[in-house]
Amino acid sequence: MQHDEKRWQNLGFQLGAVVLALLLTSLVILAAGAPPLDAFKQLLKGAFGAKMNVADTIVAWVPLLLATSGLLVTFAAGLWNIGVEGQIILGSIFTTGVLRLLQDSNLPPAFIIVLAVLGGMLGGGLWAVLAGLLKTFGGVNEIFGGLGLNFIATSMTIWLIFGPWKRPGVGSMSGTEPFPESLWLPTLPGLRLSIWTVVLGIIALVVIYFLLQGTYFGLKLKAVGNNQRAAFLLGIPTWQYMLLAFFLCGLFAGLAGAMQVVAVYHRLIPSISSGYGYLGLMVAMLINYQAVWVAPIAFFFAALNIGSIQLPIALKLDSSLAGVIQGSLVLAVLMVEGIRHRLVRK
Amino acid sequence: MENDVILIGLAGVLASAAPVIFATIGETFAERSGVVNLSVNGTMLLTAMAGFVAAVLTKNVVIGFLVGMVVGALVALLVAFSSITLKLSQVAVGYVLTMTCRDLAYFLGNPYVGMEGVRINVVPIPVLSDIPILGTLLFKQDIMTYLSFILIVVAYIWIFKTRPGMMLQGVGERPAAAHNRGANVNRLRYIYTVLGGALVGISGPMYSLSVKAGWQGTISGLDGIGWIVLAITIFGAWNPLRAAFGAYLFALLQWLGLVLQPVLTGIPSQVLQAAPFPLMILTLLFVNIGDAEWVDRVLAQLPEATRRTIVRVFRALRSQPPAALGTPFERQ
Repeated sequence: MQHDEKRWQNLGFQLGAVVLALLLTSLVILAAGAPPLDAFKQLLKGAFGAKMNVADTIVAWVPLLLATSGLLVTFAAGLWNIGVEGQIILGSIFTTGVLRLLQDSNLPPAFIIVLAVLGGMLGGGLWAVLAGLLKTFGGVNEIFGGLGLNFIATSMTIWLIFGPWKRPGVGSMSGTEPFPESLWLPTLPGLRLSIWTVVLGIIALVVIYFLLQGTYFGLKLKAVGNNQRAAFLLGIPTWQYMLLAFFLCGLFAGLAGAMQVVAVYHRLIPSISSGYGYLGLMVAMLINYQAVWVAPIAFFFAALNIGSIQLPIALKLDSSLAGVIQGSLVLAVLMVEGIRHRLVRK
Repeated sequence: MENDVILIGLAGVLASAAPVIFATIGETFAERSGVVNLSVNGTMLLTAMAGFVAAVLTKNVVIGFLVGMVVGALVALLVAFSSITLKLSQVAVGYVLTMTCRDLAYFLGNPYVGMEGVRINVVPIPVLSDIPILGTLLFKQDIMTYLSFILIVVAYIWIFKTRPGMMLQGVGERPAAAHNRGANVNRLRYIYTVLGGALVGISGPMYSLSVKAGWQGTISGLDGIGWIVLAITIFGAWNPLRAAFGAYLFALLQWLGLVLQPVLTGIPSQVLQAAPFPLMILTLLFVNIGDAEWVDRVLAQLPEATRRTIVRVFRALRSQPPAALGTPFERQ
């Protein structure tokens, strides 16, 4: 009985947080001189209005799913892997590199794609390990190391696009020369969505769920995250576990980056990671690092991102409204949770 | 002639470091009291936009700065409330705020992108500005740059030479002891976090009304500076003088990047813009690596004289945070 009551109370607080976030965002939209209801309607229409919009939402869902799944590993180890954004980028760079290297070879295209995706995963993993090494051996906090590496990854992409990998003639912001269609992951007819990416995304989430919930490794990782010193005294090699957590997260981020190249853009573009890494951190915080919630909340966030693309045309509003809604939601949930704790304590 | 160009360039370096100094010293105050305000990057963008819009609408730069200050203080108040009162993770709240404020800046600032704006002017100080070299360098600046010089000195004296400053240090280092000596730890943390936020909030309009006048949305070139500010706070070892040195170094390197651009034609400008970030990582590495265990082991194998020199260098570079940074205070 008592338990039930508490559950309803929790739900009430969470609903309150959502309402608070909606109110805040409505005020912001009003301040921009637009009717909030119209803006929300446009968001829905943009995300789900037609078959193509739904497909695009799923296209955005996959990298977010992958990035958030990976982040659950680093969060379990108590690490703020803000460098996940750059790890996605390195995934794209490595994938593009492998594809460029092998596209003129006689290998079967499917094999080239597999190698390229594995290459992308490795790229993401290595970039993550770099942030991990800076932390464990250099004393550089992973937030600053990761952020620095993100900016470096972005400028590396731009350098590649305008330098060594530029299109025949002159380099442009539209990216490198697109790969031949044989090297694309097959998509559903008429849509940008490849079912392969969805399958990989779901597999990744399931793997992470079992890794964290059902294995001894997951348990030890959480021990490191909860109390590093105690874990060390219990005989868990802490820095090795931290590096491993970084590497695992990097693999998933790299996979996301690889998908952006082989399934979505078919080339390297300057904003290849589209902020999915930064957004993944928000998703992870919103769901309080619980793997079961990754899929639905990541889907909701992806829908906001895709829905907002319509806003400039329909209502002359900037598409960054999606970020405002996502941020207000996370902030409201965090703060309402804090208030609930404070009330309960008293 | 050539010398004049360099001199004016260096005067520009002092001016473009001014917002970084305001933000870094603001963050230094907050962190000295034990609160990390990770929202700096978003706050700077939001206040740059808000200050610009307010100044354009009222045709008054002073109001622009005031609005920036208030917005910065409000964001910091959110950080203070969630970390001090609600005891939430400072990193989590700061991160969400930095992302949300950034998007808010782009969203609300959208109609004002590229709009003709107002800006603050250079005010040469009579007599002093006629001094050769130093006059051009220090006394032909705008008011905010003069204020940045004053802020460095005042903040240094406040933290290290006054009683309230000692209290501030105590609150960040050993809150329990400060509490026993009569300090209201949480109230002081509120005050310094909000004060710090107000200083960060002034730095935003310093860009949009002076250093990079105008509001250009996502291509304003301001995204990322806030993270550099947080890094300079660490590099500065929570000391306004050393922080100012870091800010000037950063501005100097940026200026050199611009000056050298015609020479380095092979490098796209976007790459040069990212140059501060590897430097940021390297500096943080230098100020922290002396504490690493493996460094001790490697050093132990070196000849005594070399070892001593290296240890001395590490110790000089070393930067240790306030002991209670990031942890909430619980009264026993």
